[in-house]
Amino acid sequence: MDYTFHWRPVFRQLPDLLEAALVTMEVAVLAMLVGIVLGMLLAIIRMSGRRSITWIATTWIELARNTPALLQLFFFGFGLGAFGLHLSPFLIVLAALSFNNAGYLAETFRGGFTAVPPTQKKAALSLGMTLPQTYLRIIIPQVLRVVYHPMTNQMVWSVLMSSLAMLVGYRELSGETQFLASKTYRIFEFFLVTAVIYYVMVKLILGGSRLLSWKLFRY
Amino acid sequence: MEQVSVFTAFQASDLWFLTEAAGRTLLISVLAISIGTLFGCVFGWLLSVGRGLADATLGVFLDVFRSVPLIIQLILFYNFFPIIGFNLDPFASGTVVLVLYTSALVAAVARGGIDSVPEVTRRAARSLGMTYWQDLRHIVWPIGLRAVLPSWTGVALGVLKDSALVSVLGYVELLRASQILMTRTQEPFVVLIIVGMFYFALSFPISRLSARLEKRWQYD
Repeated sequence: MDYTFHWRPVFRQLPDLLEAALVTMEVAVLAMLVGIVLGMLLAIIRMSGRRSITWIATTWIELARNTPALLQLFFFGFGLGAFGLHLSPFLIVLAALSFNNAGYLAETFRGGFTAVPPTQKKAALSLGMTLPQTYLRIIIPQVLRVVYHPMTNQMVWSVLMSSLAMLVGYRELSGETQFLASKTYRIFEFFLVTAVIYYVMVKLILGGSRLLSWKLFRY
Repeated sequence: MEQVSVFTAFQASDLWFLTEAAGRTLLISVLAISIGTLFGCVFGWLLSVGRGLADATLGVFLDVFRSVPLIIQLILFYNFFPIIGFNLDPFASGTVVLVLYTSALVAAVARGGIDSVPEVTRRAARSLGMTYWQDLRHIVWPIGLRAVLPSWTGVALGVLKDSALVSVLGYVELLRASQILMTRTQEPFVVLIIVGMFYFALSFPISRLSARLEKRWQYD
């Protein structure tokens, strides 16, 4: 082994890397939020049973689930250029991740809604609850219980997938690492530190979600 | 002087180029999934048997592969092999990383499958005179397989799609081929749509098949 490790350039740039990690978190969380809203919409559309609109949801879901995330990213990055749509790197990443998250979450939500028996809704209504009350106090809490863990996993995936952003020139954690690595030629060292940062981020998300689940699902 | 265009439009022969590339995507995914599943089953069995000790060692090791983006793993290993004296080409190092990644994912699935078989069922098997391995082969395997086949298909599909990332190392699989074509034809939209259809054609039948198997196995 005639390779000498040089860690100093990495540690000198550590603040930059940590800042980039925040950017990663930011874009992953944003994509997750957009994904939740869109995914909920897709799930509702798919369950509505109206042929004229369900095909949109079905196409979206199957495309998001059956093509690589990287291809989706390239599509939003390069493919939309055919329509004269040139997004900024941030928007490319956000759009692609949201598209992907929405596709996966839609199926999760659909599973969650079907897990709640329809009699629950009827019972709540017959007890004199209004429809919003029924949803807010009876249905949603039960759905949340079912979709909570898949959603946590999706959040982790969102963070991991955001690393693809380096291939469209967005400077989040991976992009920043690649930039710094090519500047200093310490590729292995830089990417090892980045791997550690990702690992810690994922563990923080999982730990945080476990803490939250204790608070949410006490009963 | 006649003007010569640097770019040429998408043509029929490019479809063959993409088909070849799809073959390479399929090759690396099948390799990764089959070898990775083999290792994953062994790891899953170790995790299930070893309990606390295995969790603290093997479990943590495997968890790393699930908590670090695959693209980082690929770049890391690609740059790590030369350090320890192996000059692996993109295909070899891509395969090694994908195998490790797959086995980490399958290990969790396999462990779940083994743990899903009730303890009493296994004790019944042993008290009927089966050896440990007979119990594993004739009792745990069929019951566990049914429980985790959907998750395993999910992993396999995920690996098929994630194999696109090997393109960053320079292995010319489907996605890399699309990049080459995009550069030459300057028609990213057309190329990406076609490549998307290729991926869809590869993964959609598998997901349908597993959904059907799942439904058929549910009622007997």
